[in-house]
Amino acid sequence: MSQQGYVATPPYSQPQPGMGALSPPLRGHYGDPSHSAPPAGIMKPAGPLGPTAPVGALPPGPPNSGAHQFGQNGPNISGYPQQRFPGPPPVNNANSAAPPYPPPSHLPPASYPSPGSASAAAQLGHQLGAMQIHDYGPGMASGSPGILAPPLAASFQGPPQLAQPSILQPGPQMLAPLPSTHNGLGATPSLPPAGRQDGLPGSGPPAASFPSLPLPGQPPGPGYPPQQGANYGPPQMPGAQLTSPAGFPGGPAQMAGPMQPPKKLDPDSIPSPIQVIENDRSTRSGQVYTTNIRGQVPPLVTTDCVIQDQGNASPRYIRCTTYCFPSTSDMAKQSQLPLAAIIKPFATVPPHEVPLYLVNHGESGPVRCNRCKAYMCPFMQFIEGGRKYQCGFCSCVNDVPPFYFQHLDHIGRRLDHYERPELSLGSYEYVATLDYCRNNKPPHPPAYIFMIDVSYSNVKNGLVKLICEELKTVLESLPKEEQEETSAIRVGFVTYNKVLHFFNVKSNLAQPQMMVVTDVAEVFVPLLDGFLVNYQESKAVIHNLLDQIPEIFADSNENETVFAPVVQAGMEALKAADCPGKLYIFHSSLPTAEAPGKLKNRDDRKLINTDKEKTLFQPQTNIYEALTKDCVANGCCVNLFLFPNQYVDVASMGLVTLQTGGTLHKYNNFQHLDSQTFLNDLRNDVQKITGFDAIMRVRTSTGFRATDFFGAIYMNNTTDVEMAGVDCDKAVTVEFKHDDKLNEDSGALIQCAVLYTTISGQRRLRIHNISLNCSSQLADLYKSCETDALINFFAKSAFTAVLTQPLKTVRDILVHQTAHMLACYRKNCASPSAVSQLILPDAMKVFPVYMNSLLKNCVLLSRPEISVDERASQRQLVMSMDVADTQIFFYPQLIPIHTMDVKSETLPAAIRCSEERLSEGGVFLLANGLQMFLWLGVSAPPELIQGIFNVPSFTHINTDVTSLPEVGSPYSQKLRLTMSNIQQKKPYSMKLTIVKQREQPEVVFRQFLVEDKGLYGGASYVDFLCCVHKEICRLLS
Amino acid sequence: MATYLEFIQQNEEQDGVRFSWNVWPSSRLEATRMVVPLACLLTPLKERPDLPPVQYEPVLCTRPTCKAVLNPLCQVDYRAKLWACNFCFQRNQFPPAYAGISEVNQPAELMPQFSTIEYIVQRGPQTPLIFLYVVDTCLEEEDLQALKESLQMSLSLLPPDALVGLITFGRMVQVHELSCEGISKSYVFRGTKDLTAKQIQDMLGLTKPAMSAQQARPVQPQVQPFISSRFLQPVHKIDMNLTDLLGELQRDPWPVTQGKRPLRSTGVALSIAVGLLEGTFPNTGARIMLFTGGPPTQGPGMVVGDELKVPIRSWHDIEKDNARFMKKATKHYEMLANRTATNGHCIDIYACALDQTGLLEMKCCANLTGGYMVMGDSFNTSLFKQTFQRVFSRDFNGDFRMAFGATLDVKTSRELKILGAIGPCISLNVKGPCVSENEYGISGTSQWKICSLDPTSTLAIYFEVVNQHNAPIPQGGRGAIQFVTQYQHSSTQRRIRVTTVARNWADAQNQLQHIEAAFDQEAAAVLMARLGVFRAESEEGPDVLRWLDRQLIRLCQKFGQYNKEDPNSFRLSDSFSLYPQFMFHLRRSPFLQVFNNSPDESSYYRHHFARQDLTQSLIMIQPILYSYSFHGPPEPVLLDSSSILADRILLMDTFFQIVIYLGETIAQWRKAGYQDMPEYENFKHLLQAPLDDAQDILQTRFPMPRYINTEHGGSQARFLLSKVNPSQTHNNLYAWGQESGAPILTDDVSLQVFMDHLKKLVVSSAS
Repeated sequence: MSQQGYVATPPYSQPQPGMGALSPPLRGHYGDPSHSAPPAGIMKPAGPLGPTAPVGALPPGPPNSGAHQFGQNGPNISGYPQQRFPGPPPVNNANSAAPPYPPPSHLPPASYPSPGSASAAAQLGHQLGAMQIHDYGPGMASGSPGILAPPLAASFQGPPQLAQPSILQPGPQMLAPLPSTHNGLGATPSLPPAGRQDGLPGSGPPAASFPSLPLPGQPPGPGYPPQQGANYGPPQMPGAQLTSPAGFPGGPAQMAGPMQPPKKLDPDSIPSPIQVIENDRSTRSGQVYTTNIRGQVPPLVTTDCVIQDQGNASPRYIRCTTYCFPSTSDMAKQSQLPLAAIIKPFATVPPHEVPLYLVNHGESGPVRCNRCKAYMCPFMQFIEGGRKYQCGFCSCVNDVPPFYFQHLDHIGRRLDHYERPELSLGSYEYVATLDYCRNNKPPHPPAYIFMIDVSYSNVKNGLVKLICEELKTVLESLPKEEQEETSAIRVGFVTYNKVLHFFNVKSNLAQPQMMVVTDVAEVFVPLLDGFLVNYQESKAVIHNLLDQIPEIFADSNENETVFAPVVQAGMEALKAADCPGKLYIFHSSLPTAEAPGKLKNRDDRKLINTDKEKTLFQPQTNIYEALTKDCVANGCCVNLFLFPNQYVDVASMGLVTLQTGGTLHKYNNFQHLDSQTFLNDLRNDVQKITGFDAIMRVRTSTGFRATDFFGAIYMNNTTDVEMAGVDCDKAVTVEFKHDDKLNEDSGALIQCAVLYTTISGQRRLRIHNISLNCSSQLADLYKSCETDALINFFAKSAFTAVLTQPLKTVRDILVHQTAHMLACYRKNCASPSAVSQLILPDAMKVFPVYMNSLLKNCVLLSRPEISVDERASQRQLVMSMDVADTQIFFYPQLIPIHTMDVKSETLPAAIRCSEERLSEGGVFLLANGLQMFLWLGVSAPPELIQGIFNVPSFTHINTDVTSLPEVGSPYSQKLRLTMSNIQQKKPYSMKLTIVKQREQPEVVFRQFLVEDKGLYGGASYVDFLCCVHKEICRLLS
Repeated sequence: MATYLEFIQQNEEQDGVRFSWNVWPSSRLEATRMVVPLACLLTPLKERPDLPPVQYEPVLCTRPTCKAVLNPLCQVDYRAKLWACNFCFQRNQFPPAYAGISEVNQPAELMPQFSTIEYIVQRGPQTPLIFLYVVDTCLEEEDLQALKESLQMSLSLLPPDALVGLITFGRMVQVHELSCEGISKSYVFRGTKDLTAKQIQDMLGLTKPAMSAQQARPVQPQVQPFISSRFLQPVHKIDMNLTDLLGELQRDPWPVTQGKRPLRSTGVALSIAVGLLEGTFPNTGARIMLFTGGPPTQGPGMVVGDELKVPIRSWHDIEKDNARFMKKATKHYEMLANRTATNGHCIDIYACALDQTGLLEMKCCANLTGGYMVMGDSFNTSLFKQTFQRVFSRDFNGDFRMAFGATLDVKTSRELKILGAIGPCISLNVKGPCVSENEYGISGTSQWKICSLDPTSTLAIYFEVVNQHNAPIPQGGRGAIQFVTQYQHSSTQRRIRVTTVARNWADAQNQLQHIEAAFDQEAAAVLMARLGVFRAESEEGPDVLRWLDRQLIRLCQKFGQYNKEDPNSFRLSDSFSLYPQFMFHLRRSPFLQVFNNSPDESSYYRHHFARQDLTQSLIMIQPILYSYSFHGPPEPVLLDSSSILADRILLMDTFFQIVIYLGETIAQWRKAGYQDMPEYENFKHLLQAPLDDAQDILQTRFPMPRYINTEHGGSQARFLLSKVNPSQTHNNLYAWGQESGAPILTDDVSLQVFMDHLKKLVVSSAS
């Protein structure tokens, strides 16, 4: 049902006669509805809702009731427009827009119980006039489309559509938010719950309904004759879009100012991620999401809710691009919708959710299917009185091991169903037996080795001292199992420049011993005993050492460094100690010393925009690949902290980090000011709960299988995902392909098993299971999509593709696939409409804006202005991101601070990432997961500035700081709290930059306003929509 | 005429030279017929308390190919201030400093009593002595502790300005930096990887900064007092540090699993030691002292794998060509030894273990560089401790008894050529007119390098008479040989010792008796033995024995008096009488017999045999046996089983062992405790006497011998029984009737049988 017909009509300046012709009829149609106009609209929404609700409630029936729908639609349509109008009068200003915004959001929560996932199609109509659009924009994303839709629907009435029900639903929602509509409010409450759910399961109606709304007729405010009249826009619009490419050029113009009616597509009229987020948040946040239903679409990553595992893995562990798989590969091909899951096996669960249960079957180990080796899980069907069970994945019938036997109850469920996590939960852990251990020996607890570059520059700029000082405290908080007194993790220390220095810090030594290994060509570990030690036992010696390191090298004038031998040494040390572990390498320069893995400066901008550009993302020598392989084989996870002042070839050096499940941190031109960011990252990283020496295997039910894996992983064959280390922030994206036809009844099952070693040296299996629906209806697919997951998938697959294909190809594929997916939807799921209308599935409403942001990411953007290192490091970071990370990364969070209510707990709602949403009198906080900016308008209120910075005026603000002073004012406290809240959920410590409006650094900041035209190229959101639309039209024609 | 004996003795005392022949046959042909070659044992640094060195440079012959040193044998024209070289007959002007020379005002080198003279010369910068300890850490805790103590003790014995360094090894090799405060620092090397000297120096950071900088400034005063090296520091500066460092030295921490040998990287450790010195102090006196407690088990120079079930090679394996690693290892150590020798450094090996440690492969390190080789059972024995201490003993002047980097240059008169030398030296490959084309020992040169020598180091040098038979030497003519030894004294002075000797020529055809009388059978025995042992290193044992036998037979044929085919008529003159006996014992000695000895032991014995002076060498060939009894004062007795009597205490000195053996009765008396009864005090004295004498030997001998105190029937008595001539065996004991003595359970021939056989062969016309 969730088809949004969303009409993007680029604002084209050229009036088009032909279109004009079209429009009249529409109006005519509208006219009717419009009569009912405001009042009617209001009424109707209520009316339709009312009816719909019941309809929805009635099981199968509802969808069919076309007639009613029509009726309803009409009204809705009219209603919407009204609403819009009221809200937005002041369309133009982002600022002005903002205020109206909140109210709706407040409203919705009450009213929208469940609209979210299934939400009806939202239809957007764009008008040139845009006035309306604006209104709607501010109103709410999802709602607004609905609003637009109505008019369309109205226009279409003739055609008829089933779609309408869906429209209706959105409608109500829309209404609700809308500012003042009493009716809407009233109506909504009743509707939502019932209607929605029905809608979801009963896919019928929606599918049928997809009433995408045609561009043509639409928006002109349904009912608002005057406007329409005035604008005549609508007709023109469509024409413009379709016909004249010239429209594009116009894009920029739009940006400039919303006001010029004829020329622009009003940004507010196009789907707003903020709106989508807010909607989902308002309907689902704070609720308990239970995973007992197959194929249900979870709340968005941006929505906080409590998740209760009732047989499927929590979305914190697994999210899918769609929760309903096409039943045949033909369908999959047709839609080109990627089938993928983003698995974050070690995701942190909030304290109020239940941690994973640990199942221990003693020596017999986990129960597994004999054929496919899947682990016992809720998908196993017990038969023959409990003596046998049928594997849900391969259908093999297995004997139940005697120790595991249990009788079945009257519904064929084992009596101990609820006592055994592996029977009733989606996620749980097994204690692994020796068979699952390397060499059949229980593993040793892991070790952390700290490897510090002590070359001249690092010593001089104080970095070495900083690290050594910090380690003294960081080591106090090594992760440990809850029940343990001290951490089982052992630590070791290495410093290096052109040669390596190992340290013996055995507890019984009076002073540390330094062992220099100069044979970097074939590096080795010079000592075993005393290198890896228990921190608590050797504390005195270690502190002595950390005190001395900066002094020992104080006079060093060695500038050259090695790198590969360092990693190798760490790996050899772990190998010698026969334990897995992590390396923390603090490095700052290109390793130019004569040694394996020596790199040369190749920051070669000449290659940009050529077929060879891809080599810039590949390591210079294959030594790093071999090294990676060794590291993975020995469970050595490499964390790299880079402090480059110039090119360091992240592509080469980062490879090991990426493929061993490590984390790359890069601090350009490191200065002491930045130290806090670095120290936070270091602290976080050391304290992270991590699984070591892990192998992940993704098993699926018959008919499809996992084909591609993206992430901080290493693949030695096609099935085993090896991760030397995997921490709570690492997510693996798995793509699935069909082998065969899927059974709609049994659905698609996925089991992800991770075999790993815990921080205390226990070998365990972590199992995540999830079941998805299957459908032969394309509409079901689109309805169950998750845009954030899709973007995660596209980002990772594109960033993988840059290694092998020219960037242009990669970008083209992305654009093409976007268009294709939408075109397929349009063609197969949306109600017939004018080609010129852009219709988006509800669940993918904001897909284009994210996709555009992805396309504008510096990795895919071949621009010499951006350093190759930066691109390589971003590529690497994204590869291991989960859905939440990519979401904020590609669509940063922009919060108007000046509207903050210091007394309230809640944050001001975020606004869209576009320059026009900024205001001179405002202060905005932007965060993308890696960086944070505080943007200050030139005429920001002095009291705010005083409150935040404790300086009298804008000009007094020092932009060099990287943290906010503790002023003690409520503003300061609230802002700092806000920032730390944002930070808390993110894996990387975000560096804060203070940006003053109209000062140079603003350039950097603007890159993050992803709806705007990119500084270094890349289309604006509106332009991109047009472009996609054009492509769709081409595909459809 | 005891005169020859006196002459020989006097010459030895004055010059440290013993010739096999003291009157030389004047033609090539005759000389070859003498069987025993014309050769000498030279002890270049023989202690001469009565010889004060002179503080000026020697005067050299100006002929470039000669450069002989002015000596008492030169003819001097005092008026013309000219001297004639007695080797090349070049007439040379005295240098200006000798202007005041006259018959009554002679410089020391012209006085006859200064046939050996020592000059102190000032050349180049004086560098302190260098001691580089290379220590195995794969030892038992107790052993390591003892070794650490010995090493710490040795620091106090070193001259304060001496440079010391420390390398430890096990699975890895660690080069310790000695001057670090607060943290002890070492450079670590993989024990399995062979590195070139350049690599080692690069890795240790010893390479000098790029030359380019220096080239920029063309004239740079060579102010390099001495390259300071972090790894070699003056003892007085770092002895505290080093003592602590040694104190903290741990056993090799790498785990050794059951059934494995520890991984020991001796080969790489030595290689690094050599490379370190090569890079920092070439051509200055330095000792690398290797302390090892087991065989090298990995890397270049490995002698045996780490699997305990595979035993280390035995002679049997070697004969069967079953010693997998031997050739490669030997090559590795030879390469190191040659490099070390080229740099003028030496390598000592102190190997203490119950099993073999690979001395066979490593022997060249000590042999070619003049280093010491010490073998013991454990570092925790007085044998090792005292031997090691004795390395640092001092002479009457308080100087160390060690000298470094010596070059021995031998010059001969025209009638002679040099065949070669055998001893702890390497050839410097200086070809000259006096170098023969025939080869004996280390040959083809007139100069040798002896990297380390002490006052007893002795070389055997072999000569060839090249004078043709038809070119008679005028009556009274003398052949002369000059030995010029330049070396670094332990006081770091450069010194030159010059020994010039001359002997009369005699025509063997009509003056054979002179020649015969001037035969030095002791020297000859040792010289022949050295030849034999030298050959044994590369040839099959039986071949060497046959060669020795043939030489003996020929010598007896030449100088014996007998009637053909009548063995009983055979007689040898006094000057030859002992020679066959020496040969008999030599044949039985561990130098030529490998039976019952491990390859390591053989190498060890041969090493010492090739460097000890004549007296010690003779003891090695034919051990000395003293008897203590109530029948009279202690007396030397025959090294014969018949000497083993119940009422005697025997003291045997084989050089390597000192055995005190109590006869059966004596042992019973002692057991009964008579020595504790005041009335039997004489018995107590009797028991004490050999102990005291043994102590005397133990005090002076280097290396310290194994001290064995045993009695009749004791298991250790085998040391005695295996050495004595088995005149009574289980085969013939009863035949000999009531004659007392101890039967030896052996099938070896006795001296009597040997002699009978010899006589038979000598008189036989067939041979």
